[in-house]
Amino acid sequence: MNFSRPKGRDCSEVIFLRKYLLKKILIYVLTFFFAATINWAIPRFMPGNPIHFLIARFATLPESAKVLQSYFTQAFGLDRPLMEQYVNFWRAFFKGDLGISIYLYPQPVLKVILRSLPYTVLLLLPAIIVSFVIGNRFGAFVARKKYLDNIALPIFYTLTAAPYFWFGILLAWLFGVVLKVFPIAGAYSFAMTPSFSWRFVSNYLYHWILPFSSLVLVMLGGWAIGMRNMIIYELEANYSRYMEALGSSQSLIRRYAYRNAILPQVTGLAIQLGTAVAGTLTTEIVFSYPGIGYILMQGILNQDYFLIQGCFLFIIVGVLIANFIVDILYLIIDPRIRKSYTGEI
Amino acid sequence: MEILQVKDLKLYYKTLYGMAKAVDGVSFTVRKGETLGIAGESGCGKTTLGLGLVLRKPPMVWCGGQAFIEDTDLMNLDEKSMRKLRYEKISIIPQYAMDALNPTKKIRQIIQDLLKEHKQRYEEKQELLTERLTLINLNKKILDMYPIELSGGMRQRLVMVISTLLNPKLLISDEITSALDVSTQKTVIQTLYQMKKKGFMDSLIFITHDLSLLYQIADRVMIMYAGKVAEIGEIQDIVDNPLHPYTRALIGSLPRIGVRYHETKLKGIHGYPPNLLKIGPACRFKERCPMAFNKCEENPPIFRVNAQEVACWLYEEGERV
Repeated sequence: MNFSRPKGRDCSEVIFLRKYLLKKILIYVLTFFFAATINWAIPRFMPGNPIHFLIARFATLPESAKVLQSYFTQAFGLDRPLMEQYVNFWRAFFKGDLGISIYLYPQPVLKVILRSLPYTVLLLLPAIIVSFVIGNRFGAFVARKKYLDNIALPIFYTLTAAPYFWFGILLAWLFGVVLKVFPIAGAYSFAMTPSFSWRFVSNYLYHWILPFSSLVLVMLGGWAIGMRNMIIYELEANYSRYMEALGSSQSLIRRYAYRNAILPQVTGLAIQLGTAVAGTLTTEIVFSYPGIGYILMQGILNQDYFLIQGCFLFIIVGVLIANFIVDILYLIIDPRIRKSYTGEI
Repeated sequence: MEILQVKDLKLYYKTLYGMAKAVDGVSFTVRKGETLGIAGESGCGKTTLGLGLVLRKPPMVWCGGQAFIEDTDLMNLDEKSMRKLRYEKISIIPQYAMDALNPTKKIRQIIQDLLKEHKQRYEEKQELLTERLTLINLNKKILDMYPIELSGGMRQRLVMVISTLLNPKLLISDEITSALDVSTQKTVIQTLYQMKKKGFMDSLIFITHDLSLLYQIADRVMIMYAGKVAEIGEIQDIVDNPLHPYTRALIGSLPRIGVRYHETKLKGIHGYPPNLLKIGPACRFKERCPMAFNKCEENPPIFRVNAQEVACWLYEEGERV
């Protein structure tokens, strides 16, 4: 190795970073394109006709129903050939238009989604962060404590194996029905309107606790198990033994081990994001929580192509952005990845 | 003067099938400024002995005996004092020196943390560190690198410097040449010799299975067999006049340049070492020994013959130790 390089080193790192990011962005754009296409196609292959659901709500005479039907079919552009519908979908997408909801006619899909998005984000993000932090800490704590490990491990396995909706139902039944301490439906009381008053926020939090804890608990198990195994592995690693042989304290060795054990967990986070989103959707349905998951379900039940499309688009974009953030994060916390991309090792 | 005095040390491994007696009643001393070589085939307890002096972790258990380093018994020391003693008085270059450093921390950080654990300030040692890095042909710029950015050889040399940064009384080097090619082996031996000459450490225990390497660096040698001492003596005496049949066989099995296998068969030692889980009262080498006789049914004590100590009934006329 020559040591005359550091001058050029910063420069090469910038070039590399640009190359790395461009490559990643290209992959994400492609992923988005295919995901959006599939998500456009799938609702249209469902049997049934969304306009029927709409007409049924107007309860008119059979003759006028026929007129209405052809009117709406044309208005939503569903009489066009599929290819044309597909092109129109992208054209409208780039104008920021996700169409009009059939089920919530005549509200635009974007408006419906933006209204429910905060509920999902405020439920999902804290749940992911809290479960990741607590799960990892707890897993690391349990590792190498034999008795505690024997008790904790089965609990972690049960938690991680539990389906989100099942665990949600369990919590709702226990705390909502049996103990009657928490409400089991909605994001706030029916008598309230959303505002930034203390009364609303506290009421919101009160409703938020159950779906939030059910998400956290299910996600926590997986993180804890992963961390426990990684810590045991790292404490057995040669560098741990060497530090111990040179008289290092357990706390320093554990600190080093934790730092290295967290790396694969961050990778796991990227992989888990999709599942976490799916978990939130089902949890929202269980708790009738007015987030994306809940309206997505309504959209599916009513064959609302545009609403389903819109919801999935937001989910796809969300997961992709989160993955991108994790990619960048990984670059920062693991020198090995960084160095291997710069071609230094 | 003795730096290390080991008396009847027993280090066993707790296994499902019972105790594996990896080090079973070993006694020896290391004098100030001396290099003691420990040799023997794989599984004879060399590494267990070296590691056991520094750090005993399950499944390794201490089952008796003492090891004094300047009047402190390493085997009966509380964990806190033992932790302080490690690195400051007794240090080790491990077998796995090439990956002994955390790959995700900068080298400077690792050294800083290690020093902090011994209440030493990195700033005070910085100059010494730079000086020693130059000695082993490493630029101080590596301190800002990650261990993964160095080659295996560089990492090993770096570990040699890190291990001796606090000038320990005793350094244990455990098979550090085993994974290296011959020319690198020579460099490592030379570096170790230089380090000792410059006073990085007082005494050195050099563990290896390679007798020819030992000849280059050791003052005295201890030959181990199946967890026991076979023979201890000055290196020259052992090479010129090996007493124990095992030592003779070991020296006889060294390959020589200029002799081809089909011309003269390499002399080996037939058979295998005994199972350390089931050791009878007989001499451990009896099954493989060409000179075995009925006395060998009993485990031999150590006899002193001239300056050598040997555990074999053939030298019964010698003084018992």
